[in-house]
Amino acid sequence: MAVKIPRVYPQEQDPKVRSTNFEEVCYGFTSEEAILEASRCLDCKNPRCVQACPVNVQIPAFIRELKKGDVEAAAAVIARDSALPAICGRVCPQETQCEGSCVLGIKGEAVSIGKLERYTADTMRAMGKKVKVEVQPSNGHKVAVIGSGPAGLACAGELATRGYTVKIFEALHTAGGVLSYGIPEFRLPKEKVVVAEIQNVKDLGVEIETNVIVGRTVTIDSLMEEDGYEAVFVGSGAGLPNFMGIEGENLNGVVSANEFLTRANLMHAYQSDADTPIYVGHRVVVVGGGNVAMDAARTAKRLGADVTVVYRRTEKELPARVEEVHHAMEEGINFSFLTNPTAIHGDEKGFVTSITCVKMELGEPDEGGRRRPMVIEGSQHDIDADVVIMSLGTSPNPLIKMTTPGLETGRRGTLTATADGATTREGVFAGGDAVTGAATVILAMGAGRRAAAAIDAYIQEKNK
Amino acid sequence: MYKISEHKLLAPCIYGMKVYAPRVARAAQPGQFVIVRVGENGERIPLTICDYDREAGTITLVVQIIGASSRKICALKDGDSFTDFVGPLGHPSEFIYESEEKLRSTSRLFVAGGVGAAPVYPQVKWLQERGIQTDVIIGGKTKDYILLASEMRKLGARVHIATDDGSEGFNGLVTGLLEKLVEEGHHFDQVIAIGPMIMMKFVALTTKKYGIPTIASLNSLMVDGTGMCGACRVTVGGQTRFTCVDGPEFDAHQVDFDGAMRRSAMYREMEKKKDCQCMEKLSQESK
Repeated sequence: MAVKIPRVYPQEQDPKVRSTNFEEVCYGFTSEEAILEASRCLDCKNPRCVQACPVNVQIPAFIRELKKGDVEAAAAVIARDSALPAICGRVCPQETQCEGSCVLGIKGEAVSIGKLERYTADTMRAMGKKVKVEVQPSNGHKVAVIGSGPAGLACAGELATRGYTVKIFEALHTAGGVLSYGIPEFRLPKEKVVVAEIQNVKDLGVEIETNVIVGRTVTIDSLMEEDGYEAVFVGSGAGLPNFMGIEGENLNGVVSANEFLTRANLMHAYQSDADTPIYVGHRVVVVGGGNVAMDAARTAKRLGADVTVVYRRTEKELPARVEEVHHAMEEGINFSFLTNPTAIHGDEKGFVTSITCVKMELGEPDEGGRRRPMVIEGSQHDIDADVVIMSLGTSPNPLIKMTTPGLETGRRGTLTATADGATTREGVFAGGDAVTGAATVILAMGAGRRAAAAIDAYIQEKNK
Repeated sequence: MYKISEHKLLAPCIYGMKVYAPRVARAAQPGQFVIVRVGENGERIPLTICDYDREAGTITLVVQIIGASSRKICALKDGDSFTDFVGPLGHPSEFIYESEEKLRSTSRLFVAGGVGAAPVYPQVKWLQERGIQTDVIIGGKTKDYILLASEMRKLGARVHIATDDGSEGFNGLVTGLLEKLVEEGHHFDQVIAIGPMIMMKFVALTTKKYGIPTIASLNSLMVDGTGMCGACRVTVGGQTRFTCVDGPEFDAHQVDFDGAMRRSAMYREMEKKKDCQCMEKLSQESK
C-alpha cells in the first residue's frame, strides 16, 4: 500500500495579477506533479469514475499510462472516447462527475482527474504530437450536423470515425459554439485549446461551413431533400437569453450575459484593436449564480469594473462550479446573496444609474427540492450601478422548430428527443442544450456521441 | 466567397454594391437582412437586403457611412471580399404569405427615408412583379439623396418624392407628403415605413391619426443576429421582443420608438472614437 499522498494542486496565476489580464488562471500540472497525482489513483476494478463520466472516458486506464510517464499512451486512451480532452479537462464539473464519485473522495480528496486529462492533452500539443485515431473507410453516407459546439463536434467526430461524410453548419463566423462565444479566454484559451481541438475533429475528415443559419440560409428539408444528407443532427445550443421582466430592463447598460460575453470572447472586444465596442462602466451588477454569471463577472472585473454578483439564494445553492465561485471570490468579486432585483433606474439619456433590490429568505422547498426564496418585507434598497448583466438562463431558439415540419418541442420549447437523440421527425436527431436546456459542455458531448451511434444504426438499418 | 462587384457611389456617403453569396441569394425574401463583417477584428453589423439575384448568386447592398464599420465597407473595391456574410435573417415581409386575393385587394403605401429605400425596393419589386400596384414615398435631405426612384418607377410603382429643401418633389418631410396624399383622397389600407427611427416614429403617429395599419422595419443594434445575445431587444405593445428573430418588421403603432432610439445611442460615443481612428487609418493607407 502506497503512502498516502495528499492531492496535488497545480500553480495558479496570482488573483491580484490575473484579475487584470485575460491569461489563463490555472497553469496546469508540471510533469512531476502529474506523475505524483496520477500515483494516487487506486486503479479500482469497478471504476465508478468511468460510469460518472458522460462520455465514459477510461479514466484508470489513462492514469495508469501517466503513472508510467507515457503521455502518448494516455492520450490514446482518452481519444477513444473524447476528441476534446484539453477542453473537458478545463470546463467539466468534475466535482459532480468523475471526481465526485472517486473512491478516494469518500474519506479524503478525489484524484484530480480533470487536471490530469488537461495535462495529457496540453503535453501532447506542446510536443506537437497527435493521437492517431482509426477512421473507418468511407461508407458513402452523408450526415449534416447543425452547430459546431460541444454536441455537434462530438457527434461529427464520432460519425467521421465510423466512415461517414460529415459536414457541420455553423451560424456564427467562428466554429466552437459556446466554447468560442461563451467561455472566456482566461478559463479556456481560444487559439491554444479551442482552435487546436476543433482542428483534431477536422483531421478526422469533418468539414465545417461557417455563416450558415439552418432555418434561414438552408433548412433541414433542403439539406435532406436537395443536398442528399440522410440524417441531420441538431446541436444548435441553448438559445435566447432570459430577462426578468422588471422595470428598466431595456435601459442602456442592461445586457444579457450572452451579449456581454459574446462581445468580449467571440468579438474580442476586450482587445483595443477590435471594432466591436463593449460597455463596462465602473460598477457592474451581475444577476444570477451560474457558471455564465461567474464568467461575466470575472470578465467585467478584468475590464476594470467593480463587480457585485447578486443572487437570490445563498452561497450553498449557487449553481456555478465550486472552483469558479472560489476563483471569482479570490479575484475580488463581491457577492450579495439572498438579494433579488426589482427595478433598474436610469438617467435622462436612458443609461443605468442604480438598481433596486430586495432581501430574500429561504422558505419551503419547491418541486425541484430547492428552498424557495421569499421576499423580506421592507428590505428594499438601492445599489449604484452603471451596468447590469442579466445571467438568468436561456429559452430555446424557435427557428429550427419553426422551419422543420414534424419536429416537436416539449413544454419548455426544447426539442423532444429520446435518450439516444431521435426526434419526432425521421432521420433528424438532436442533443445538447437544444434538447436539455442550458447544461454543460460534457453533457452535450455525451448526447452528441450517443446520437452518432443512433444515426449510424438508423442509416445502416435503412440501407439494409 | 462574398466577393464584391459593381461597388459604386449612389449619393453622398452612400454606396451600392453586389456581393457574391449564393446561399443567401437563393434563400433571400423581401424584408430580410444580412450580417456582415470586414476584417479579422471586424464587428458584425446588420445590413438590409436591397435586391437578390438567385441565378447570379448575388445580393445587392446599399450602405451609408455612419461609423467605422460602414466606412470600412464603403472603402472596399470591386474584387475585394467581405470576411463574413450571413443570412438571410429575420422574418420575410408578411405579405409574401398572403393570398393572391388579399394581395390584390390591399392598397399599400411604402414610406422610405434615406437608405430606407434599399429594403423597400425588394418589397415593391416582389409586389409589382406579381402585378400588384404600389405607391412609394421616397424622402431625402435633397434630390441627391433620393435613392432608387427611377428603379422603382421602372417596376411600375407610383413614386412620390419628398425633399427637405424642396429640390425635388414635395418640399418637406415624408410625413407631410403622406398627409397630403391622404387629404387628397388617396386611400391606403396599409403603410410600410422603413428609414431612420425618428422618421418611422412620426410616420406611425401620422398613420395612427388616419387609422391606417402600419408596419415598421427596425434597424436595431445587433451582435450575433441569430437570437443569442438580446442586444436588439425592443418594446412592442409593452412586451420585450428581439428584432433579429421576432422582427425586423413590427406593428409600428405598438413600437416604443423613443426607447428604441435611446438604445440605438448606446455605443455612440465609443463609435465616434472608433470612426475617427478608422478615418485616420484609411487616409494613411491611401497615401
